[in-house]
Amino acid sequence: MIRQLFVILICLALGETIVYFTGIKIPSSIIGMLLLTTGLQLKIIKLKWIKNISDFLLDNMVFFFIPPGVAIMCYLDLISEELIPILSAILGSTILVLLSTSFTHQILRKIKFKKRSSNKK
Amino acid sequence: MKLISEPYVLLTITVGIYWLTKYLQNKTNSVFLNPILITIIVVILILESTGISYSTYHESGKYIEFFLKPSIVALGVPLYLQLGKIKKQVIPIVISQLVGSIVGIVSGVLIASWLGASKDVIISIAPKSVTTPLAMDISSTIGGIPALTAAMVVIVGIFGSVTGFKIMQLFKIKNPISKSLSMGTAGHGLGTAEAMAVSQRFGAYSSMGLILNGLFTAIFTPIILKILGII
Repeated sequence: MIRQLFVILICLALGETIVYFTGIKIPSSIIGMLLLTTGLQLKIIKLKWIKNISDFLLDNMVFFFIPPGVAIMCYLDLISEELIPILSAILGSTILVLLSTSFTHQILRKIKFKKRSSNKK
Repeated sequence: MKLISEPYVLLTITVGIYWLTKYLQNKTNSVFLNPILITIIVVILILESTGISYSTYHESGKYIEFFLKPSIVALGVPLYLQLGKIKKQVIPIVISQLVGSIVGIVSGVLIASWLGASKDVIISIAPKSVTTPLAMDISSTIGGIPALTAAMVVIVGIFGSVTGFKIMQLFKIKNPISKSLSMGTAGHGLGTAEAMAVSQRFGAYSSMGLILNGLFTAIFTPIILKILGII
C-alpha cells in the first residue's frame, strides 16, 4: 500500500514541480494523470503496483469533493443574486455541449465508415 | 469549544450522511437522491443551525479534501486501459471532444456575461462541464471561486444525467457511441453513471468523454478566457 501511495504521490509531486518551474496554467493533478498514463504505457509503472489505490480513489472520487462543496455556504448570497445568469449559462451550455459533441462524433464516424467501405470496393 | 465542532465529530457526520444517502439511493434508484448534493445541503444546514463557520468545518474537511488531487491522478489508469480503443478511432473522438470542450467553455462564459453575471461568476462557470475535483482545480488556477464552480458542476451533472439521452433523442442523434461519449463530455461523472447504467460499454465511452473533456478544458480554459478578454 505504501508503494501504491508513493507512485500516485510522485506523479503529483512531479506535476507540481513542472508547474512550479514552467508557470504553466494547467492543474498539477492533470499533469500527474498524464505522467501516470505515460508511465503505465512505457511499462515504467506496473498496473498491479497501483491497482488497489486507484480503485479506492476512483470509486470514492465524488466523496472527496464534499468539503470544498460545503464552501458554497460562503457564496449563497452571490448565487441567489445572480441566479438567472448562472442557471441559464450552465443549463444552456450543457445542452449545447451534448448536441455539438454527439453531432460531430456521429458525422465523423459516418465519414470514416464510408471511406472504409469505398476502399473495399 | 463545542463538542460538535471537534474535527472527528464533523468528519463522522459528513461520512455518515454520505453513506446513508448512498445507501438510500441504491435502494430507491432515484436520480434526485444525489448523495453529493444531499450531503452538502445537510452539512450546510447543520453548520448554519449550530453556528459553526466554514473555516472551522474546513479543519476536519481538509482530511477528506486531501484525496482530491490523488484521485485525479488515478484517472490515468482508466485512460491507460482505454488507450487501445481511443487509438482505433482517435480522429472522431478527439475532434468531437475538442468541439465539446470549446463549445462548453465559450457558451457558458458568453451566456453568463450577456445576462450580466459578475466577473467572478463568469470565471467560475468556465470549467463547469468537467468532473468536480478537476473543475475546482481549473477554477482556482484561473482565479475563479472553486466552491462556486463545484455547485455549478453538481447542477450540470444532475441536469445532464436526467435529460441528456432524451435531448439527444429529440435531435435525432442515433449512434450509441456518440451518445454515450457526449454524456461524459457534458455530464461528467453523473452522466457517466447514467451511461454505465445502460451498459458497461456505454460507460467506458462515457468515461473517455469525461477524461478527454477534462484534459482539454484544463488546457483551453485559460487560453479562451484570455482571448475573450475575461482574464
